[in-house]
Amino acid sequence: MQQAFYELADHLTSLMRGGEVYTCYFSGEVSDFVRFNKSAIRQPGRVTQRHLFIDLISGSRHASGTIGLSGDPAADKGRVADLAQKLRDAIPHLPEDPHLLYSTEVRSGERIQESTLPSPAEATDAILAAGRGRDLVGIYAAGGIFAGFANSFGQRNWYANHSFNFDWSFYHAGDKAVKCSYAGFAWDQKAFETKVAEAARQLEVLALPPKVIQPGKYRVYLTPNALYELLGTLCWSGFGLKDNKTRQSCFLKMIDGEARLHESVTILENTAKGVAPDFQAQGFIKPPHVALIEKGRYANSLASPRSAKEYGVPTNGASDIEMPESLDMQPGTIPAAEALSRLGTGVYVSNLWYLNYSDRPACRITGMTRFATLWVENGKIAAPLSVMRFDETTYRMLGEKLVGLTDRTEMILDAYTYESRSVGSGRVPGALIEDFTFTL
Amino acid sequence: MHTDIKKLFREVAPAVDFCSLRVLREASEQLMVRHEIPQPVVFREDIGGMVTVIDRGGLGYAATSDLSREGLRRAVEDATEWAKRSAGRAVTNFTAIEQPHPTGHYETPVRAPWQSMPMAQKMDILRQECKRLRTEEKIVDSVASFWYTEAESRFIAADGSEATQRLFHLIPVLSATANKGTETQTRTLGGRGYCQQGGLEVLETVRFRELAPQIATEALALLDAPNCPSGKLDLLLDPDQMILQIHESIGHPLELDRILGDERNYAGTSFVTPEMIGTYQYGSKLLNITFDPSRREQFATYGFDDEGQPAKREFIIKDGILVRALGGTTSRGRSGIPGVANARASGWNRPPIDRMANLNLEPGDSTLEQMIAAVEDGVYMKANRSWSIDDSRNKFQFGCEWARRIEKGKLTTLLKNPNYRGISATFWRNLKLVANASTLQIMGTPYCGKGEPNQMVRVGHAAPACLFAGVDVFGGE
Repeated sequence: MQQAFYELADHLTSLMRGGEVYTCYFSGEVSDFVRFNKSAIRQPGRVTQRHLFIDLISGSRHASGTIGLSGDPAADKGRVADLAQKLRDAIPHLPEDPHLLYSTEVRSGERIQESTLPSPAEATDAILAAGRGRDLVGIYAAGGIFAGFANSFGQRNWYANHSFNFDWSFYHAGDKAVKCSYAGFAWDQKAFETKVAEAARQLEVLALPPKVIQPGKYRVYLTPNALYELLGTLCWSGFGLKDNKTRQSCFLKMIDGEARLHESVTILENTAKGVAPDFQAQGFIKPPHVALIEKGRYANSLASPRSAKEYGVPTNGASDIEMPESLDMQPGTIPAAEALSRLGTGVYVSNLWYLNYSDRPACRITGMTRFATLWVENGKIAAPLSVMRFDETTYRMLGEKLVGLTDRTEMILDAYTYESRSVGSGRVPGALIEDFTFTL
Repeated sequence: MHTDIKKLFREVAPAVDFCSLRVLREASEQLMVRHEIPQPVVFREDIGGMVTVIDRGGLGYAATSDLSREGLRRAVEDATEWAKRSAGRAVTNFTAIEQPHPTGHYETPVRAPWQSMPMAQKMDILRQECKRLRTEEKIVDSVASFWYTEAESRFIAADGSEATQRLFHLIPVLSATANKGTETQTRTLGGRGYCQQGGLEVLETVRFRELAPQIATEALALLDAPNCPSGKLDLLLDPDQMILQIHESIGHPLELDRILGDERNYAGTSFVTPEMIGTYQYGSKLLNITFDPSRREQFATYGFDDEGQPAKREFIIKDGILVRALGGTTSRGRSGIPGVANARASGWNRPPIDRMANLNLEPGDSTLEQMIAAVEDGVYMKANRSWSIDDSRNKFQFGCEWARRIEKGKLTTLLKNPNYRGISATFWRNLKLVANASTLQIMGTPYCGKGEPNQMVRVGHAAPACLFAGVDVFGGE
């Protein structure tokens, strides 16, 4: 796809008329998706797609559009020419854009990871074998993900990632399940079998007689997966410059110095250690990392070129939505192997689910426990719990009530596939919290 | 759209138990003015197709943006390969499920086509309304926008049967955010809920040119309002919150694929079991829910679903009793449970699964005034802003933009940060009064997420105001 994209970019360059410039961003994938339910195949298939976003700029006026590409070079040149003309026709009817900002410094680059993926048949066979005698449900997504940037100044960037992500659950009964994932770039059957065996062991715990607890305050341990869900919600308004400046950030009180998180909380956008491209749609290259929260205090916002121009600060290469893609929460000092013993008596939360703000200015979040939520007594798992609703402020969860973070982080690759496969990721420790409020 | 695609498809279609091609062309325009600054106009056009093959009990699909003969041939090959791999190892014998062979055409009626107004004029309207949202300094952000989409689809079965559709959607948005210190409050035109099918006439229907000043005034007033009180109180919900309540705690739990377990790894399961269909008392006798593709202006109206099944109106809950699930051809074939034509895909690149379409709460016979007068101590909430529910679609907590206290049958204090929580299985049994058609709003959302791979689809919900007894309500910090 790289060559085809570069040829299209050259074609687009040839279509520019006096004074016009363009930026364009390509995204594509060839993915196999195999959906499983009850250890059988529900929906298997392949998706091949290519999209091109073009921003045509004439002075301070511009218009943008996205088209689907067919993969046929002649047909795609025609589609690009049609879109360029449509944008050219629209521009005279649009006012000047005072917040337009694009990179004029040419910084080309490539980040290409070749395919070492198993065949779809091999992966499917391995998964069905793992599900034999069990109730397995989930999705295997695998294949190439591609992204590219080009502009009329000659900048060319390319990104290719061949990865798989098998995101699945073993169900015991009802809503009692163990949630797992096995993701990476090369399938290691032994590593997969180890994960399956570990999940099967956890499944045995769910067969214990369940315990019911009443709403109230409990000491809890959030696994890295559970904490990643919480951080994912905070990414929704927490770190963007526009949300900060328009006073819609969930961290408003921290930005104003009226509140802070625990000193052990340091969060970065760590592009260098993530799997997402290091370039964005206006041609800016992302720095290796941006400190978002340092030692419990708000440090920096993610500034897209547009927000940067609007608020008069430098851009740090954020995309338009100004959300982290390669989240990195620094580890703490609690030995990960001692998570249960340090919890003592309380709730071990494997996963959180469906989080949302119940009072955004107070950074208060509600959500549910999901899958394996366990009651722990004196450092030992005693019983599975039914799902519980929590409603808590982040200033308590990751502030005054945070006992500590584990000394190891886990790398989590997003399994999201809305429109296309995500390249988001997180490095997250576990968190021990006291007086965590369950409400229902 | 590709006049010869049917011919190309029939040339490459394999000799299998069933094969279909679904082609979708979707074009959209997004216009926005934010705080009086016009934002970049975004055009989008996409076209592609999905081949589905069913053979010897197996099923496979392949989606491609290459609709040439060679592109379709490769897609047929990929789909056939997956059908072979899944044969004998699938959740059901797909060959045993009778597939629809639709014929016909459906199109959204449009009175004022989107293209009938020049773009510059549309931008002027947005500029004017955005300016009317920014009434004073404390309004720190304001947005007026239009998101217009036209979708043209063809469902072609290898036997030659074919159904075509053209749908036109418009989503108008108004939003004002007010701030004072660390207090920030936002009021909107029902989020993106006032979305409908049609052309520019939708703007008139949703009073787009009238409501900006009221939205700004309400956002400002909320800055000084007290928090919603806590307690078990009567709760009156306006249609712009009812649509979320219906969506999350009736629509999702009744999707048959969730009941069959397909969604357990992502969107979740359901507290509803197959045995409950036909007998379960879901709500009070005032609760009547329909799957209704007959309202032609509603956001998720269509003539055929994405498996080719013709759509028709059905009662899902009748006088409080659950009578039918939301399951398309495949789910009905797998389970034998009665369903509706609701197998839908978010685009050409995703396979159809069970979705809500238009899921509506039928009006009752109370006026809004009678409902307020019937409340001794309660809260009246409007416009959803927060939603969270467990994976069985049972324990929920929702929040709204705006509320007022109801005391001794009268509306009193304005309240900020109103929230409430409950359990689906019992909440609807406390439905005390349902307003008549005078309060009914035809609404929906462009963002219903579900499925593996993930899919975001449009859904429609129409509802009147409803009154619930003894709900756990509370406010912010």
